[in-house]
Amino acid sequence: MSILKQANTLALAAASLVALSGAATARDQIRIVGSSTVYPFTTAVAEQFGKAGGKTPIVESTGTGGGMKIFCEGVGEDKADATNASRRIKKSEFELCAKNGVTDIVEVKVGIDGLTIAHAKGAKAVKLTRKQVFQALAEQVPDKDGKLVANPYKMWSDIDAALPALKIEVLGPPPTSGTRDSFHELFMEKGAEEFESLKAMKKADEEKKTKDFEKVWKSIRKDGAYVEAGENDNVIVQKLEANKDAYGIFGYSFLEENTSKLEGVAIEGVDPTYENISAGKYKGARDLFVYFKKQHVGVIAGLDKFVAEYVSEKAIGEDGYLAKKGLVALPKDKIEATRKGALAMAPLKGDDLK
Amino acid sequence: MTDIVPQPAPVIPVRRPSAEQSATRLKSRYAVERRFKALGLGSLMLTGLFLLLLLANITLNAIPAFSEHAAVMDVTLDPAVIDPDGKKDPAILAAADYASLTRAALMTAIPGVEGRAAKKQLASVMSSGAADDLRAKVLADPSLIGKTIKFPMLLSDDADLYFKGEGVKASSRPGTGTITASDSKGQITLTSADNAFAALTDTVSKFDLEKDDGGLVLKSSMPSHLVALNGGLVKLSKISPSSATGEVLTPLTSAGPAVGSAWQFVTYGAPEGNRQVNDQAATFLEKLKASGVVQKNFNWRFFTSGDSREPELAGIRGALVGTFLTLLVTLSLCVPIGVLAAIYLEEFAPKNWLTHIIEVNINNLAAVPSIVFGLLGLAVFLNYFGLPRSAPLVGGLVLALLVLPTIIIAARAAIKSVPPSIREAAIGLGASKQQAVFHHVLPLAMPGIMTGTIIGMAHALGETAPLLMIGMIAFIVDVPKGLTDAATVLPVQIFLWSDLPEAAFQQRTAAAIVVLLAFLLLMNGAAIWLRNKFERRW
Repeated sequence: MSILKQANTLALAAASLVALSGAATARDQIRIVGSSTVYPFTTAVAEQFGKAGGKTPIVESTGTGGGMKIFCEGVGEDKADATNASRRIKKSEFELCAKNGVTDIVEVKVGIDGLTIAHAKGAKAVKLTRKQVFQALAEQVPDKDGKLVANPYKMWSDIDAALPALKIEVLGPPPTSGTRDSFHELFMEKGAEEFESLKAMKKADEEKKTKDFEKVWKSIRKDGAYVEAGENDNVIVQKLEANKDAYGIFGYSFLEENTSKLEGVAIEGVDPTYENISAGKYKGARDLFVYFKKQHVGVIAGLDKFVAEYVSEKAIGEDGYLAKKGLVALPKDKIEATRKGALAMAPLKGDDLK
Repeated sequence: MTDIVPQPAPVIPVRRPSAEQSATRLKSRYAVERRFKALGLGSLMLTGLFLLLLLANITLNAIPAFSEHAAVMDVTLDPAVIDPDGKKDPAILAAADYASLTRAALMTAIPGVEGRAAKKQLASVMSSGAADDLRAKVLADPSLIGKTIKFPMLLSDDADLYFKGEGVKASSRPGTGTITASDSKGQITLTSADNAFAALTDTVSKFDLEKDDGGLVLKSSMPSHLVALNGGLVKLSKISPSSATGEVLTPLTSAGPAVGSAWQFVTYGAPEGNRQVNDQAATFLEKLKASGVVQKNFNWRFFTSGDSREPELAGIRGALVGTFLTLLVTLSLCVPIGVLAAIYLEEFAPKNWLTHIIEVNINNLAAVPSIVFGLLGLAVFLNYFGLPRSAPLVGGLVLALLVLPTIIIAARAAIKSVPPSIREAAIGLGASKQQAVFHHVLPLAMPGIMTGTIIGMAHALGETAPLLMIGMIAFIVDVPKGLTDAATVLPVQIFLWSDLPEAAFQQRTAAAIVVLLAFLLLMNGAAIWLRNKFERRW
């Protein structure tokens, strides 16, 4: 009989636990969701904020898209206060937010992330253009007459005789990653625009409201030249070490942390260095954002102070602690603009969103 | 009705093989068996080899994470900084600027550092955790205020890795001739009338260097060349046979000439561009090492603190407590529900189509991908019941759903294996069916049920996917104190650390994996022990 009794008590205890926790107390801890690219920086700010006396915010790593969904669920104590994004909020997401009552969104541009192409140290240094990157990795490329054909290039030297005679092999993120979206927009789209025929296609798209051009730059070849290496950039770094002939695509902070193993590829003659990215000279760079709910300021304790900590000089400044974590600081005037907007809590209008 | 007519037994023709034939056949049968045995042994050894490789790799990677480097320095606990009023009020003591004290101690240990950049560089070799440690020490014993104490100050992750790695591979050789320094600090020029740098220009000429009015410009992708003279150290940036310019890393006692053996060429064999620690920081670290204040300690912090973005401060305590709370909820739900369900299905339920469907579905549920349970948890526990995100309670509920089928299946198998004679004997002596089950069958089935439960728990211990949907994949610094506090679990901590860029986090990842594996081994070991101790054979 004793076992039955024990089992009964346990079951009862578990059931009462569930019932009790339903009435959770008011929240005094900031909750942030979103991009895994911005996660290392927001967590650093969260930790500093916690050390300065606030309760350390909880930062979830859900990816940009997933974060937006959670962020736009609504306003209230059980909803997230902010979301990290490795791209700007989309028009559709902005509208979803508005539909659910999240009307006052404060956009904070926190810094820049360089998207770098790199190879193992010791391999011969190469310079690429975005056009060449497009030619190497697109599923369909224009031939001499501008007609789209399945990608015929097997070797880098097939694209340009000046490039090394190596098999095209690029390790990069899978489609679920925000880094991959940025790669398409920063490299593939811009590279595709270099072709006259594709430019014409883009124009035709705008007139006829078709999406042929988008399909071209959003398709990556599937014949093994592009290898999806997983969300984890460290995996790509390790694979590059083992394979000297391969190239990898990842965020600048991973290049910076692995300077002993990797070398960045210059894009259009500009090396992926901190200075070049910050000055806007390096073409493969994207802005990183954090979106806050203005409606939560004053409801969730410390949210305004957290925003202030994020945009302070010691965080996002050139010598700030986020720069040490691999974030490329914005130019001085842009930091000022970011800080002014964030401290004034000016809500996003949404007119210029795509 | 037909009559059964007795049939004559069919004659089976017997082909007797000759002795020779049967000998060869026997031989080939033995050969097949030998081959099978060899293959089996081979695959076992291959599996063992892979497992050994994996474990060795993880352990080797993990070892550095279990130690940390600190520099023992004299810290003056200045009352003007810590306790200006002299009241020893804990709130004021806690809010004081301890970082300025640790910085001052570091400046005293390495004197003569000037300029903002160099000072920042010096401050960066120390972890921000040193100030936190000092605060804890003062709060624990306020009587220390005003005294100068010897205090181990934690070094930063880069400095820590520097001492764990190969360092800069420094080497030096004596100079010949006379060189003269233009100044004792900042950017200086070293000049030599007797071409003292000619030896160096020869060494570096094999690198493809650019020329700048007669001098070769050195690059960070080649070994660093330095000159030690007049008690200081100069890092060369441009050299020609008769002169060299460079930055002073350690101030010279005086500007002026140094003759012959009074000065040396110093070479840092590892190129600066390949290191996380630059030449300036390396000279600081070498100096600390030379003065004997650097000590290597066991990294207790790894087990006593929560997550952090500084690798040297990050620990797994938060994840361990979160794991414990989550598994507690899972266990307290799974065992009663699972065992009672198994008993009902095995002993009491009528065998009809309904129970058959239930049985089939339980077996199917055990094979459902775990992320599905996460989605269910999000929809039901978070959205419908309104339970908090990231809470061990919800994690435990979701994992309970995940392992419930496993436990029911294991418990049913254990109950089924109790011989019917036990039940029959109990019922024969007048026990009710329920008494027979709970007094006789269940105790005998308990070892099997416990084994199944522990293996189910070990399964739950390794899950991350379902926790993503309910917000447990998160950066959480505070160690959870209750079932509704935000928490994360060990496998999630491993996943999060593995994705961070800092090199030191790769070692933490491996160390956390070692801890997780140790727990899994412990749990599986407990399952085996329980089975062997209580198992009854009939």
